[in-house]
Amino acid sequence: MSLLLWAKGPGFALAAVLFLLGTAMRLAEILRLGRGTDLARPRGAAGGQALRTVFSRFLPAPGLFARSPVVHAGGYVFHIGLLVVVIGYGPHLAVLGIGGRGLPAGLIDGVTLLTMAAMTALLAARLRDPVKRLISGPGDYGAWGLVFLPLATGFLLVNRVLLPFEPLLALHLLSVEVMLALLPFTKLVHAFTFVLARGYAGAIAGRKGAHS
Amino acid sequence: MTMSFANGLAALRPRIDAPVAAFLSSCVRCGLCAEACLFHTETGDPKYAPIMKLEPLRRLWSQEFTVMGRLGRALGLSKPMSDEDFARWEELVYDSCTLCGRCSLACPVGNDLTLMIRKLREGMVAAGHSPEGLRKAAHRALTDISPVGVGAQSARKLIAAQSREVGIPIEIDKHGADWLVLISSMEYIAFPEMLGALARLFKAAGQTWTIASDAYEATNVGVQIGSCDVARAIVARTVDAAHRLGVKGVVTPECGHAYQALRWEGPNLMGQAFDFEVIHLIDLLDRWRAEGRLKTKGKSGLRLTYHDPCQTSRRGGLDPQARRLLNLVAEDFVETSDPGPWNWCCGGGGGVSANPRARDLRFKVFAAKKRQLEAVRPDAVVTTCSNCRNVLEESLEHWGMELPVLSLTELVAEYLDEVPS
Repeated sequence: MSLLLWAKGPGFALAAVLFLLGTAMRLAEILRLGRGTDLARPRGAAGGQALRTVFSRFLPAPGLFARSPVVHAGGYVFHIGLLVVVIGYGPHLAVLGIGGRGLPAGLIDGVTLLTMAAMTALLAARLRDPVKRLISGPGDYGAWGLVFLPLATGFLLVNRVLLPFEPLLALHLLSVEVMLALLPFTKLVHAFTFVLARGYAGAIAGRKGAHS
Repeated sequence: MTMSFANGLAALRPRIDAPVAAFLSSCVRCGLCAEACLFHTETGDPKYAPIMKLEPLRRLWSQEFTVMGRLGRALGLSKPMSDEDFARWEELVYDSCTLCGRCSLACPVGNDLTLMIRKLREGMVAAGHSPEGLRKAAHRALTDISPVGVGAQSARKLIAAQSREVGIPIEIDKHGADWLVLISSMEYIAFPEMLGALARLFKAAGQTWTIASDAYEATNVGVQIGSCDVARAIVARTVDAAHRLGVKGVVTPECGHAYQALRWEGPNLMGQAFDFEVIHLIDLLDRWRAEGRLKTKGKSGLRLTYHDPCQTSRRGGLDPQARRLLNLVAEDFVETSDPGPWNWCCGGGGGVSANPRARDLRFKVFAAKKRQLEAVRPDAVVTTCSNCRNVLEESLEHWGMELPVLSLTELVAEYLDEVPS
């Protein structure tokens, strides 16, 4: 079996299984711990503030954009760019079973380059900033690579650069599969757990009538 | 493994619940928490990044509460926790965190880092790694009621003196009073005029109140040091006194941590909901304002600004109440930058001001507050936390700034229209 066939078939299935089971396991690891019942009389609404906090934390905290512009600007461009490339490109839509033509290839190309540039800026900031350097470990750099590789191989594939189509497609699929398979076991799992984190923070503060 | 280290881990494990696991799973190491923390912004030292302060908790969670962490530990890929880790982190967890909560509000994934540091202190203190100043204060709180050594006789004398000063009786252990009022350590030793102000305000509002002879002190050093046993013992005194005296409610004083300790941690420490109301003094005054019980006359002509105490504003949501009361009595009120929930801490909360070792550091990080104050050039700064008030006074003096620090409660009392005789 060629590498491409393996990547299209068993490789994809294996990655999907690891992704789904791993994500379920990580969420179960969190939820099974539960929370003690808060016996203090509430002063505000926990549920509503939990929901509000899930969305309000998409906005930068006052004054922090200016203090850390690369993290904010790079973070927005990277996250939005990644979303556009994943769900805006025609062939991706076909794989996802959604259908549709998707966005123009030229636009996707541009967004991919912009996203990779943002990621490079974020990596540079991590390497240069003393705080980020201190709190970063192999997992942080590894997670960066896991996301960057699918973008880079996708760009090479669409533009037929460096290698012929089939090996590039195999590399692209494999890089996506490795990312999917490892996502639950790296910090990339925040793609799911951030909802819980923001929700808990909002609920805890909301019950007190405090800010979140 | 030493016994104290084992105790530390044993105290910490039950603190790891679903919110903590969600927070630690979600951290992307963006470092933005550092940009919100005055200990980092004012020193530039990366070790003060709030997420760094949580490293012992993160490691314990990872190694014992995640499948991958347990696997890594079994394969020898991660270093087991040691007593040395607790020892090394003591300064970060106690000296350089006031539990102000600014990092928690700034975290883009929503991590309540402050809540986690509060939990981490439970493990630290059980492992024997907490500042001497706080340990001594906790000992005094358990043996003498007051963490600063204000004995029952001294408290009675201060109460009697203030009662004479304002000409209004302040009754101790009055059964059936509407409210049991707690006074903070700092008010007894530095701002006793608060007692007279309270007497005038309660009388004006037509409410009865009392101070308990065995629970006259609100400061909960157990919450500050991170010992639920100490915190529970202190809360229990108040609960017992409230039941004994048959009051309708308990008023916590102008002290943010005292409010958090009794109002929010109290019922959970005691394992049961309270059958009486617990309310912060400022919340009660604003309630009376809304009910028309507080009639004021005239306003201060001074240019006043407000220092938001972290535990009442950011983590208490009482910043609108404080401003409504300020507007009653201030003609020229000016906000500093970052008001309300985004306020910068005075640098002395969370037990830092009771920790002599952290003195120089807290003076250094006061630079954030100093900039805020210098920008608006007030005649006086008003606040609603006696600990903040004391820390502000000390820090202003350290920086050579002459600026009076006023209590909002005392200010409102000063402008009461008429206190019925």
